[in-house]
Amino acid sequence: MIFFSNIWRNEKSREIIVQIFVLLCIGWFLSWLISNVDANFKALGKDISFEFLFIPAGYDINQYLIDYNNRDSHLRAGIVGLLNTGLVAVFGIILATVLGISLGIIRLSKNWLASKIAYWYIEFTRNVPILLHILLWHGIIINTLPHPRKALNLGDVTFLSNRGFYIPKPLTENGIELVYLFFVIALIFSVLFFKYAKKKQDLTGVQYPVFWINFTVLISLPLIAFFISGMPISLEIPALKGFNFRGGMHMSPELAALTFALGIYTAAFIAEIVRAGILAVDKGQREAAEAIGLKSSKVMKLVILPQARRVIIPPLTSQYLNLTKNSSLAIAIGYMDLVATLGGISLNQTGREMETMVIVMLIYLSVSLSISAFMNWYNNKVKLVGR
Amino acid sequence: MSTEMYKPGSYPNLPPPPGTVGFYGWIKSNLFSSISNSLLTIISVVLVYYLIDGIIGWFFFDAVFDADSKIECRKIDNGACWAVITRRVGQFVYGFYPEAERWRIDISFLTMFIAFAPLLYPDLPKRKWLLWFSGIYPFFAFVLINGGFFGLAKIEYSLFGGFMLTVILGVTGIVCSLPIGILLALGRQSKLTVVRTLSVCFIEFMRGVPLITLLFVASSMLNYFMPPGTNFSILVRVIIMFTFFSAAYIAEVIRGGIQAIPKGQYEAADALGMNYWQTTRFITLPQALKISIPGIMNTFIGLYKDTTLVVVIGLLDPLGIGRAALADTKWNGLSTETYLFVALFFFVSCFAMSRYSLWLENKLNTEHK
Amino acid sequence: MKTKILLAAATAGVMFAGSVLASTLDEVRARGKLNCIINTGLAGFAAPDDKGKWTGFDVDFCRAVAAATLGDADKVNYTTATGKTRFTKLAAGEGEILSRNTTWTFSRDVDLSQTFIGVSYYDGQGFMVPKALGVKSAKGLDGASVCIQTGTTTELNLAEFFAGNGMKYNPVPIETNAEAQELYKAGRCDVYTTDASGLYATMSSFDNPADHMVLPEIVSKEPLGPVVRHGDDQWADIVAWTLKAMMAGEELGITSANVKSLAGKDNKNKEINRLLGKDPLQGISKLGLSADWAVNIIAQVGNYEEVFEKNLGMSTPLKIARGMNQLYRDGGLFYIPPIK
Repeated sequence: MIFFSNIWRNEKSREIIVQIFVLLCIGWFLSWLISNVDANFKALGKDISFEFLFIPAGYDINQYLIDYNNRDSHLRAGIVGLLNTGLVAVFGIILATVLGISLGIIRLSKNWLASKIAYWYIEFTRNVPILLHILLWHGIIINTLPHPRKALNLGDVTFLSNRGFYIPKPLTENGIELVYLFFVIALIFSVLFFKYAKKKQDLTGVQYPVFWINFTVLISLPLIAFFISGMPISLEIPALKGFNFRGGMHMSPELAALTFALGIYTAAFIAEIVRAGILAVDKGQREAAEAIGLKSSKVMKLVILPQARRVIIPPLTSQYLNLTKNSSLAIAIGYMDLVATLGGISLNQTGREMETMVIVMLIYLSVSLSISAFMNWYNNKVKLVGR
Repeated sequence: MSTEMYKPGSYPNLPPPPGTVGFYGWIKSNLFSSISNSLLTIISVVLVYYLIDGIIGWFFFDAVFDADSKIECRKIDNGACWAVITRRVGQFVYGFYPEAERWRIDISFLTMFIAFAPLLYPDLPKRKWLLWFSGIYPFFAFVLINGGFFGLAKIEYSLFGGFMLTVILGVTGIVCSLPIGILLALGRQSKLTVVRTLSVCFIEFMRGVPLITLLFVASSMLNYFMPPGTNFSILVRVIIMFTFFSAAYIAEVIRGGIQAIPKGQYEAADALGMNYWQTTRFITLPQALKISIPGIMNTFIGLYKDTTLVVVIGLLDPLGIGRAALADTKWNGLSTETYLFVALFFFVSCFAMSRYSLWLENKLNTEHK
Repeated sequence: MKTKILLAAATAGVMFAGSVLASTLDEVRARGKLNCIINTGLAGFAAPDDKGKWTGFDVDFCRAVAAATLGDADKVNYTTATGKTRFTKLAAGEGEILSRNTTWTFSRDVDLSQTFIGVSYYDGQGFMVPKALGVKSAKGLDGASVCIQTGTTTELNLAEFFAGNGMKYNPVPIETNAEAQELYKAGRCDVYTTDASGLYATMSSFDNPADHMVLPEIVSKEPLGPVVRHGDDQWADIVAWTLKAMMAGEELGITSANVKSLAGKDNKNKEINRLLGKDPLQGISKLGLSADWAVNIIAQVGNYEEVFEKNLGMSTPLKIARGMNQLYRDGGLFYIPPIK
């Protein structure tokens, strides 16, 4: 008895006992869940098998980044969906970032009216559920834009209709290699020049207009190559044929609505993050920078933003993550993302809830975890040392 | 130039230069301080003008507030047809809850504010007594809404819907998730490896997957994990999922609060000879919770907005009611009105809550300085 | 203090419902209500009116089962389900019946472990187009954008039909009929495809139904009917015979108007007597039903013809002709086993 009481009183051994106890409880709980699933599946005559992934899916998907038709497997349908998720996430993130940063800066602007408009815009956007945003945008696009036969015609090459946006598609021809080659050369040059200019500034204080020089080189070199090799890029212009436009690049209304909704909703949060980040930089920093005679653009670029960045990046990443997860609401308007293909139609056609949902969740989980891992790494990298 | 002489220190305050104060001064410094600023102002004014010009008419002046169907609406005027809302406002608020029993919802909703007041406003008079009411409120509301006791008719969950469902899901979700969230936050900070790992796994899993997949699990798979024959109502299953989901987020908020507590506090507690639970009870939690209240509030707002997702699994929240109304041949095609109405509802309630949370944040901030 | 209160609140939030009972019928009786899974909104089949009361063909079938088992057609709880969630909801025990225009197929019957108890409506997948489009046949739909409801047999039929005719199309997947209507009307898609009954239902709700047409091709067989879970044969029989009793009512000329008087007297046709409980019907007690079960169904809900005409027929905006959905003697497909 005393022996046991001693074990209990010893902190180390007590911790071990508690942990073993917790493990046992969890183990028991998990085995209980699994035995329940087993019993339920037996009663329903179901089993767990992933073979369905390799049988033909049988349904069509309206947007695929890799080749797909209804004879392809459920697995491929899932991959098509995953790529669609990725596509809308990338579009949404670009829009959200651009819009969010602009809004955040306007919000801090000295212009009272602009700042107020930005404020109400942010408040309205972020206090309305994302699902409503998606539905509203979708409704607006399909109800206000005209039918393809009366599509808004922008210079005979780009068309807007309620079936989506059509833009010309660049097609490459023989001789395009030269353009690529020149682009690579331009890229190498700009990197080298950037390094050279920095070194020069460090040594002598002389500044070059690095951005403008690099920009010109990057644009003009490939352009020269383009003309030398006889203009090897042609445009495939979308044209109205039968029911719809054919040819060109097409952005479906679902993709557009989802991009707008996700971008605009997330932008409201990003704007607040940016604002908080800029406000978090000590006022003295700006005053000191102005006192040593830096131009206001330089103050922002060299003093405020580098410091604000440390505050902004972690919540910004988690907003990106939220955006990606929110893209799963695509299902509400019929955009074929991962949840709509594998977790939707495939689930329904095969009746394998358990298997499909496990796959879908694991995919999202691995994306989230890798992004948080990156975020932790970044946080450690930019963490203030000392102080 | 004035030639008057003043004694040192008696020079009268001159008025500010013209155009720097008053109405014009304000306009000049806030709207037209530079060329780019003036441009911004003009663009904003044009934007606002078009927005108001385009929307107000449709929204109010040309709108129809009562009619029997969309066709009649269109006959009366060509603005928004709000009749779809006004005719079904009962459904939007109460779902299919029997009309004769709706007073039960009203009472629970009103008393909810009394129950939450002492939690939300720390310096309320008679707070102690009110706290007792907060304690019994969940039982009170459950009995009232659900029925089945004291001669109150039992109301089936499938009749729950509308804004009432939103509030029930949001409030139950957040209230149930608080204790779990606290435990998870403590678990994540624990010295015990097993406990810490389990907490981290749970939190990261819940935060890593989209809520909609969790709702699918609730609607289609949760019953498989229960002993054969168990049958939860879908509402309970959804609440369970909401609870787990928000518990993970709350855990992170509270962890932030715990980490914000200065190390000296723990050292002092150790010096006083407090054990882990005493430290947690008297030192960690009171401070951590106080710091995290705005964060919890924000989590709640997020959860509250996320309740709209239940429409995807066929529950009739305001959005679902709206869609059912749109399926009616009479109201077909009024999606903009319906969605805008629901959006407005969420905006008003969420905005009010976020204002409160901001107020609280400022209040707590000054207390710490 | 605060945490204590919150813990108390947490316990209150946990609400358990239901427990293991012997049979589905006992469960329903003990609850006093039938749980029925229906469409989230399809005119004529299941849609709530302004008062929040569900009406429609599928809804009336739920009411008929409630009348047979509980004696009161109003004792029904409706649970809504989308095409995607309906089977999981049934399997999860959220309802005793799935009455949501569900197509009877081999894999749904066998692989998903459910029992289809009969056909209440013979349907087939069709295409609806605006007349202005100038399309006369489904073969002319190459390259069209097609709205489809997901989670149905429709999308597979569609893929097969277009592939079989060497045509391309642009699928626009949609969750519910209401959304499909919106998209079709807004011109997001050229064609809306679903069961022909659904097309008529949708068309009826348009401002100008005459501007639209259903193409002559019917590309699939869609026998629609109520579904129950595998494993309770008594319950499956109750549901199956409720449907047959409604059809027998039509065949025997029993309507909600005359059922009470027919039940009160001795009829020449002994089948009427047996159906209405005047003469003993062997085995009815095995079903656990009272003798007046069919009287309750027909008096409170009506016979098949009445239900059809009330919800879908020529006097409704849907204007669906009986077509295949008539008794065999009228040229339809309903052939009712004798009530003996």
